[in-house]
Amino acid sequence: MNNLFAQVKQSNKLQAIFLTSYIVVTVLGLFLLQESVTAFLLILFSLFLLYKTNFPVKLKWSLGILILTIVMPFAASQGSAFESYMGVATLVGIYVAMALGLNVVVGLAGLLDLGFVAFFAIGSYTYAIFSTNQVTNFLKLDILPFTGNSFWAFIIIGGIIAAIAGVLLGIPVLRVKGDYLAIVTLGFGEIIRIVFNNLDKPVNITGGAQGISSIPSPTIFGYVISDSSQFYYVVLVVLAVVILGVTRLQDSKLGRSWQAVRENEIAAQASGIHLVRTKLIAFAIGASFSGMMGVVFSAKQMFIDPTNFTLLESITILVMVILGGMGSVPGVILGASLVTILNLQVLTEVTNYLNQLTLDGVLNIPSALSPSKMQRMIFGLILILVAIFRPQGLLPAKNKKVPKEDVVDQTVVDENQRSVSV
Amino acid sequence: MLKTNNLTKSFGGLTAVNNVNIEIQKGSITAVIGPNGAGKTTFFNMITGVYTPTSGEILLGEESLVGLKPHAVSKKGIARTFQNIRLFSSMTALENVMVGMHQHLKYGVFSTIFHLPSYKKAEKAAMKEAYKWLEYVGLSDVYNEESSSLSYGAQRRLEIARALASKPSILLLDEPAAGMNPKETKELTDLIYQMRDDLNLTIVLIEHDMKLVMEISEYLFVLDHGEKIAEGKPLEIRNNQKVIEAYLGKSAVTTA
Repeated sequence: MNNLFAQVKQSNKLQAIFLTSYIVVTVLGLFLLQESVTAFLLILFSLFLLYKTNFPVKLKWSLGILILTIVMPFAASQGSAFESYMGVATLVGIYVAMALGLNVVVGLAGLLDLGFVAFFAIGSYTYAIFSTNQVTNFLKLDILPFTGNSFWAFIIIGGIIAAIAGVLLGIPVLRVKGDYLAIVTLGFGEIIRIVFNNLDKPVNITGGAQGISSIPSPTIFGYVISDSSQFYYVVLVVLAVVILGVTRLQDSKLGRSWQAVRENEIAAQASGIHLVRTKLIAFAIGASFSGMMGVVFSAKQMFIDPTNFTLLESITILVMVILGGMGSVPGVILGASLVTILNLQVLTEVTNYLNQLTLDGVLNIPSALSPSKMQRMIFGLILILVAIFRPQGLLPAKNKKVPKEDVVDQTVVDENQRSVSV
Repeated sequence: MLKTNNLTKSFGGLTAVNNVNIEIQKGSITAVIGPNGAGKTTFFNMITGVYTPTSGEILLGEESLVGLKPHAVSKKGIARTFQNIRLFSSMTALENVMVGMHQHLKYGVFSTIFHLPSYKKAEKAAMKEAYKWLEYVGLSDVYNEESSSLSYGAQRRLEIARALASKPSILLLDEPAAGMNPKETKELTDLIYQMRDDLNLTIVLIEHDMKLVMEISEYLFVLDHGEKIAEGKPLEIRNNQKVIEAYLGKSAVTTA
């Protein structure tokens, strides 16, 4: 058995055969057993297997995109559960993007932010207010409210407004460090939520505790996007942009200066890094990812209220980052997927199952003990277990190893050889 | 080249550096010595912008450095190493040096995200240059290693490589030989000479290893209790009454 593992580890061919058969089996499974959540989750797991193969990076990406855009939706499309599967997948995408945003702030720049959901709220409310009648309460213009056509522009506007909020928050807040920063950002997150909760008087801007409803669905070329299966593709596109941006920024002088600031502020400054600017950029970029997904979220839900943006949401996103591995993009994607699926699928499934047992009279579990109400305890457990067993996360951040030929100056070597031969 | 006038720093009631006047010649190797707590590191921290002086002036050529932030001082061509090593410990040796090159890498966020030629060219060149600095300090074998996994002496040399990567004209070394064995100290001495000669650097160092200081420095300043008590060539300092007093106590001078 060990021998087989070793062989699979080395041979691309065996890996390809294994991965293909895995995907075929799980796709068939879901195709035939439409109600099987397990089969759906196993298909998603194939992405993780793909990540672990030795295939060239470009091939991995193309296969991953193929699985996400065609294979998985197709396999799930045959039954009544299609929309609910795609709903889960859409939310996974939204949370992955947010976790990647928080990863820039916490994982790369080392700034513990406990109020991250505030930027998500800002993005959500930006689209919600300006695309519904809410806006006419304080601003009367002929073009207002914007229609679903404006959604696409709002993805960018929401990102920009959240980034501005990130900078505005950052300027006063970055004077404090470490634990104090965590407390201040926690306060900021709550302030934003409470402001949205109370901004229904004197002028009704946010709808207060009632929230904002009938947020228009996005339209493109007259075609309305309202189903989860359609939003799924919108989320995929935004997510692709986020992943591309975050991986490339990480691998640049900006990414290095974030890490340098995280590792040692004084040495980073002595190396010519502008401390405040570097931190503010981290805040702004992290916030903008969250803001963009906020816009998508409000358009998808069509209804938002302040309870969508509680402290628990901020903590959830932080758990995703810590579970996956701070500073590690693949890790954070894995962490966010696991936590979201745990929240949306596993906990609800277990709850349903227990309810069924209660109904059947087999067991009597009080509703106060239902697993879906134990989120906080489960996150607490996850954090403790990760801290004990995998302090670096499930897929820890790895240093990029540079091959020798990239660092040795060929021209110099050639000259040396010439002088030796002469 | 680098000059301070009546430089003073007080922390509450404690005056760590008091009215210190020094002048450092271009291309020289100068040492700042003194007993523990004499204010040497505070003095360095004021020059590099970590602390703002309570009063007094710091002049680089004709330009005042007072009030500049550390990154701005770095842009003026002053680089430093630290008494308690401050590396970016989870980054590789190569990345550490590349951070040192930060201010010389000119490409924007846009070209980063789209991997435009300006980004690729600059990054490739930066990697090669960083590797050359590692070769220069003798760390080319470990360029892919995490800096926290390097030996103590190697970490000190990596700090020097990172400082050199910012292409300074003045290099401040805060106790570069601390914790080194005699062989490593010898190598360090050679490196310091080499840097001065190859790179036209002006080097200022704080050091407790008197053998190293007396051998290497061309001029010394002695601080005690925040005040400059002596300055001069190594031989003059060696025989200076006040210096012996500061290091060994008054009785040592009288009995001698």
